[in-house]
Amino acid sequence: MRELCVDIAVIGGGPAGLAAALEAKRQGMEKVLVIERDFQLGGILPQCIHDGFGLHRFGERLAGAEYAQRFIDEVAKTDIQVCLNTMVLEINGQKELYACNSQDGILHVKCGAIILAMGCRERTGAQILLFGYRPSGVMTAGSVQRYINIEGYLPGKKAVILGSGDIGLIMARRMTLEGIEVEGVYEVMKEPGGLTRNIVQCLEDYNIPLHLNHTVVRVHGKEALTAVTVAELDAERKPIPETERTIPCDLLVLAVGLIPENELSVKAGVELDPKTRGPVLDEEFMTEVPGIFACGNVSVVFDLVDYVSLSGEIAARGAAKYVREGYADTGHVPVEVKGNVNFAVPQRIRKGSDAKKVQFFLRVKHSQKGARLNCLADGAEVKKRAFNRVVPPEMVSFEAELHAADSVVLEVEEE
Amino acid sequence: MAEKTFTCIVCPMSCSITVKETPEGLSVTGHTCKRGEAFARDEFTAPKRMFTSTVVVEGGVVRRLPVITSAEIPKEKMAECLKEVYQVRVKAPVKCGDVVVPDLLGLGVNLLASRDVDAV
Repeated sequence: MRELCVDIAVIGGGPAGLAAALEAKRQGMEKVLVIERDFQLGGILPQCIHDGFGLHRFGERLAGAEYAQRFIDEVAKTDIQVCLNTMVLEINGQKELYACNSQDGILHVKCGAIILAMGCRERTGAQILLFGYRPSGVMTAGSVQRYINIEGYLPGKKAVILGSGDIGLIMARRMTLEGIEVEGVYEVMKEPGGLTRNIVQCLEDYNIPLHLNHTVVRVHGKEALTAVTVAELDAERKPIPETERTIPCDLLVLAVGLIPENELSVKAGVELDPKTRGPVLDEEFMTEVPGIFACGNVSVVFDLVDYVSLSGEIAARGAAKYVREGYADTGHVPVEVKGNVNFAVPQRIRKGSDAKKVQFFLRVKHSQKGARLNCLADGAEVKKRAFNRVVPPEMVSFEAELHAADSVVLEVEEE
Repeated sequence: MAEKTFTCIVCPMSCSITVKETPEGLSVTGHTCKRGEAFARDEFTAPKRMFTSTVVVEGGVVRRLPVITSAEIPKEKMAECLKEVYQVRVKAPVKCGDVVVPDLLGLGVNLLASRDVDAV
């Protein structure tokens, strides 16, 4: 067993982990380690060949792979230690981790602090109750993306997309360009799941119909997919039999949501928020286990990579401070959400008398025209912002300067 | 005279903006800001998009090299660009930003590698 001792270990070498590792270095941390299970850095970005990444951070419309490359290049200029092809098996509350790879066998790492940056995974067919056999040709949008953009294979000739999440929309365009006929996108909810710009540039540009309030009620085919049956849903979201329609196809693409990958976090005793499915975090993105931090899509599913990188930097500053100064628990104030706020990160703020800048990320419950955001600390308004419109797929991010003793409230109300 | 309606993607408002050709020039209605008006005008007169795809890369750690244009190209040229790009084969190593096809289809934009691909 190989023994290592580091200041900060980052689990996951995607956009969150790379931003965190670089920031930890900038904060003066000597030994920073990134552990990545894939053969390359970048996480999911190398397969995101489309543009639109980095608008906030670089003011440019980069391809996803290009955005990752900028961080990979930065990491190469530092002495950050990177372990590729390495799987973390376990972390514990004493900030130790066990990992394995084919060169070292088992690695035992003692860490000053740990930053969780494992990202998220896609929900699969097994999680959405698809009726029928389990034929080949039913796969997640991310798998289709990997087949086409990394491996260079076309996984079908005619596709139906279930769910209107962003990856599904991106793949609707990509498949069309590559000659796969996309029959349509079917969304259970009454509003699309993805960003408007993706609806416009990926579906409307290519005349791909979006059917809201629809779902796939049956998949046909025993060995390979031959068709799917779709139906409209009534007000109780039950399929209406008269609206059933069977579409011959050999590919069903699932874009039905993302789940933060928190198995390791839970094993270490990290408490999860049932709304975000990520760890309960404070303003330094520290979990309830002192010294374990989280960022990126493992903490909450973001819609912009720019926010993912930002969260990595926040967590790294917190982790570096923890390594330097330790941590005294002075108690916490929960962040209360009201009105049209579905959830917010961080979920709690450390009690203290000094005012500090806190970066919040929140998602609304439903779309609303003319919305006002208020942030109150101990009853006093510390931030307000007006929006022409807020929608659930577009996260709201803002910074507020506050100190809190009793309460922090975030609300989005009608203007 | 031609008339088209666009969903604006400048901000989350998602305004529905209609552009109409009139004898006095283009009439734009439904927008709530100047950026929206400009967006709709561009979409009506000369819609442009970034072009991204992949090309074959030989002798690299991966089989496909992702590529992106150095600037937006006319939307109607997308299919033609794809055809052109299918013919391209490059050899690893490749650096992000390397010119894969100069002056793609004479459109005045370069096709660039959007990642490094090391040789095996």
